[in-house]
Amino acid sequence: MTEREVTVLNRAGIHARPAALIVQTAGSFKAHIEFRKESETINAKSIMGIITLGAGYKTVLTIAANGEDEAEAVEALAALFENKFAED
Amino acid sequence: MGTSFTVLDLLDLELEKHNDLELTCVTGRKGLLRAIKVPDLNRPGLALAGFFHTFGNDRIQIFGRGESAYLEKLEAERNFETVRELFERKIPCCVFTHGILPSGEYLELADASECPILVTDLSTVDFVMRLTRALGDVFADRQTIHGTLVEVFGVGVLIRGDSGVGKSEAALELVERGHRLVADDAVLIRRVAGNLIIGAGTNEELGHHMEIRGLGIINVTHLFGVGAIRQKKQIQLICQLETWDPDKAYDRIGADEMTQDILDVAVPYLEIPVKPGRNIPIIIETAAMNERLKQMGYYSAKEFSNSVMKWLDSESARNAYLEQRDGNV
Repeated sequence: MTEREVTVLNRAGIHARPAALIVQTAGSFKAHIEFRKESETINAKSIMGIITLGAGYKTVLTIAANGEDEAEAVEALAALFENKFAED
Repeated sequence: MGTSFTVLDLLDLELEKHNDLELTCVTGRKGLLRAIKVPDLNRPGLALAGFFHTFGNDRIQIFGRGESAYLEKLEAERNFETVRELFERKIPCCVFTHGILPSGEYLELADASECPILVTDLSTVDFVMRLTRALGDVFADRQTIHGTLVEVFGVGVLIRGDSGVGKSEAALELVERGHRLVADDAVLIRRVAGNLIIGAGTNEELGHHMEIRGLGIINVTHLFGVGAIRQKKQIQLICQLETWDPDKAYDRIGADEMTQDILDVAVPYLEIPVKPGRNIPIIIETAAMNERLKQMGYYSAKEFSNSVMKWLDSESARNAYLEQRDGNV
């Protein structure tokens, strides 16, 4: 299990477009990936799950991956957050 | 068709009642094989008065009440010079409206120059409207496309994809679910009235047949009844069926509209990945209904995306405010 805390840095938060980027990236790994926001846990490969998480600007999330390529998966997803999903 | 459409073809056009041109040929039969090369019409009033500058030689010449009255005047003056010149121009044919027959001498000149003279009982306005529509069909751009055209909830859906991906099977289930088959395998597409894309079967006589692997050729009309077929339908949506490619990113939101050009007209376009367990006909049905919603101004994906943005915005704004306040302290 690999975990990392990330912060939503783009001003608009995780709306439909960033969510699509996340599931597309998550979907390219074999590992089981989850996002946690406070008490909520959702599957990172479910677009509706990610959108309904309601992660606005400055929200802190935990990415947790479990599987053979978990380290790469967390790395790739964290990079999306750091790049503000190519927004702003 | 284009260049091979002749005056005889015009007389033979099979049109329904409200489109019928009601044409008969009175003289100049030898010229019936003259080609009609353009769908444009001309009123030869100016030419009859002697003005032939920029005259439309290759157009059908329409003689309404005004032109016929002018011919009468010329006849009374025994002046046939401009009429002779008109016939020398090798016009495809003349059409007299309101059922007015020109004088004997005019007809003789026409016959001598082998120019077909046609008469219709329709008024000029009505005739010109019908003829424009008929010629628009004849001269429409056309193209044959490999695919299956089905009418789903009133939306013309062209199902495309490689051989064996399941186009016919998807169409068969759609027909079974009460939708209508327009054409299977080869769809003849015409562009009419500028930007309407109309699809039909390539051969009307052969009717609505489908080839289903394992069954062979089936007759859809006999199996499902006339309610299950349609002769032609505007293409309003293209569904491209593709074998599921695990490395390809498929559209997950649908907020960006994709189109594909058919005869230079952009048609809404969807890529639908096919894999076992995906019920393609139901996906196509839903796509058709969604397309209707879009045409009515309701765009599910965009509305959803906008409400998410609005919802996130309040939280983002609060966090941004807190951040700014903390920064200032």
